[in-house]
Amino acid sequence: MLIKTKSNILSSEITDRVVFESRREFIKSATVLSAGVLLPKLGHAETGEYADVPVGPYSAKLPVTGREDVASYTNYYEFSSNKKDSTVLARALKTKPWSVEVTGEVEKPGVYNLEDILKDNPVQERIYRFRCVEAWSMVVPWIGFPLGDMLKRFKPTSKAKFVEFTTLYNPEVMIGQRSGGLDWPYVEGLSIDEAMHPLTMMVTGMYGDELPNQNGAPLRLIVPWKYGFKSIKAIVKIRFIAYMPETAWHKSAPNEYGFYANVNPEVPHPRWSQSRERVLGSSIFTPKRDTEKFNGYGAEVAALYSNIDLQQYF
Amino acid sequence: MLPGKKGWAAIKIIVFLLSLAPFGLLLKDAVNDQLGANPIEALHFGFGDWALRFLCIGLALSPGKTITGQSWPMRFRRMMGLFAFFYASLHLLVFIVLDLSLSWEAFKDEVPKSPYILMGLLTYLLLFPLAVTSTKKMQKRLGRSWIKLHQLVYVAGLTAVVHYFWLVKSDYTEPLIYAAAIGVVLGIRVVVYCRKTAKVSVS
Repeated sequence: MLIKTKSNILSSEITDRVVFESRREFIKSATVLSAGVLLPKLGHAETGEYADVPVGPYSAKLPVTGREDVASYTNYYEFSSNKKDSTVLARALKTKPWSVEVTGEVEKPGVYNLEDILKDNPVQERIYRFRCVEAWSMVVPWIGFPLGDMLKRFKPTSKAKFVEFTTLYNPEVMIGQRSGGLDWPYVEGLSIDEAMHPLTMMVTGMYGDELPNQNGAPLRLIVPWKYGFKSIKAIVKIRFIAYMPETAWHKSAPNEYGFYANVNPEVPHPRWSQSRERVLGSSIFTPKRDTEKFNGYGAEVAALYSNIDLQQYF
Repeated sequence: MLPGKKGWAAIKIIVFLLSLAPFGLLLKDAVNDQLGANPIEALHFGFGDWALRFLCIGLALSPGKTITGQSWPMRFRRMMGLFAFFYASLHLLVFIVLDLSLSWEAFKDEVPKSPYILMGLLTYLLLFPLAVTSTKKMQKRLGRSWIKLHQLVYVAGLTAVVHYFWLVKSDYTEPLIYAAAIGVVLGIRVVVYCRKTAKVSVS
């Protein structure tokens, strides 16, 4: 069971510069295009499992994409490469009970029940931008906790330079895993600094309720300044390692998908220029939005990459 | 028994209306906001799929004649070709008007960076002169060169499939189905052509 705790820091009251600017940008574009634009409503659902969770830091004051859109438009190749089909097929996945294996360069390896993890890590809501490599984006009220807080409890050793995440492998239910395309199971990774960054979240819910299966239940990653494929779903394994892990999409097409995969309008993908993005939920006559470097989270994360050529290490 | 002149006219009208149905259904869904989270993509892909399907159907008619020994499939060649062009035009129109919002800046930025879009544009450029010269008048006026010109549709069939392949991220099931269909209908032509030339060289 989830233990609800009151947050003592009302950091939600503080609007940081990036949020403020992105809000201004939104208001500007909204005013310009106001006629015929269906503005999605602000805020999350008031009912459901997580109705009363506190708002965490870094939560953007942005109009949220409709829940139906977020829950019916997911890339979940473990089920299907079709975004709608995967929504239906993912219903077959059993997400309770769930445990996560923690291995590698840690002092406290082991198999942890998700319930126990949640007891140690009280959840909060954060509204983040989500930008897919396919040049569409949405704004989602995620519910979860900072990944770093959770990882620190496992006491990573000084050798832990990277964190590797693995999705459940169960081709009986995840029928997309029966055929190729990607080398299953899906693997993603972060540098230890990225994993410990306070923006990086472990997510268990959205819109005031538990995460729908198609959105990665029961436990997924959210790294808001990176393309969506970094934010791995249905995590069953976390491994601390000394070297950069090989990741699923990078393995499939290294020239298209980098390890870092930071949102960057200056680095085009062979299929998508990445200069612009289609904001889901807007009217069909609304032009695409200019994509921001680090998806608008540059003030928080740019320093992580001060020594890296982002053109080369995309 | 084959239908008479009036019968064929009626059948043509039915086929015409059926061919228009996907357009009507997509338009209906668009008006009723039933196209899902990304309606522009749904329209864009929907029209693209139908352009490719009509291209396959159009290319299958002549082999259909070869296999069945019946000439009636050829009656629908122009209509199927024009529907392929119709859906390809809508596909392109959605891209230019809705996806790029008629922005020349966006076009200049996005198109040259994407080989698959360039391949799509090439396919459309190949289909365009075929649609323009599809009338009986043009057919008569151009004579033998009309046949040569309209052989461009074979190239368009190939470039359309390549366009689809280059779009897909990792699951090639659907483009493979179209590649197989195009492969079969063009392959039959190659076989027929080889047999003909073999006969000629023997005699």
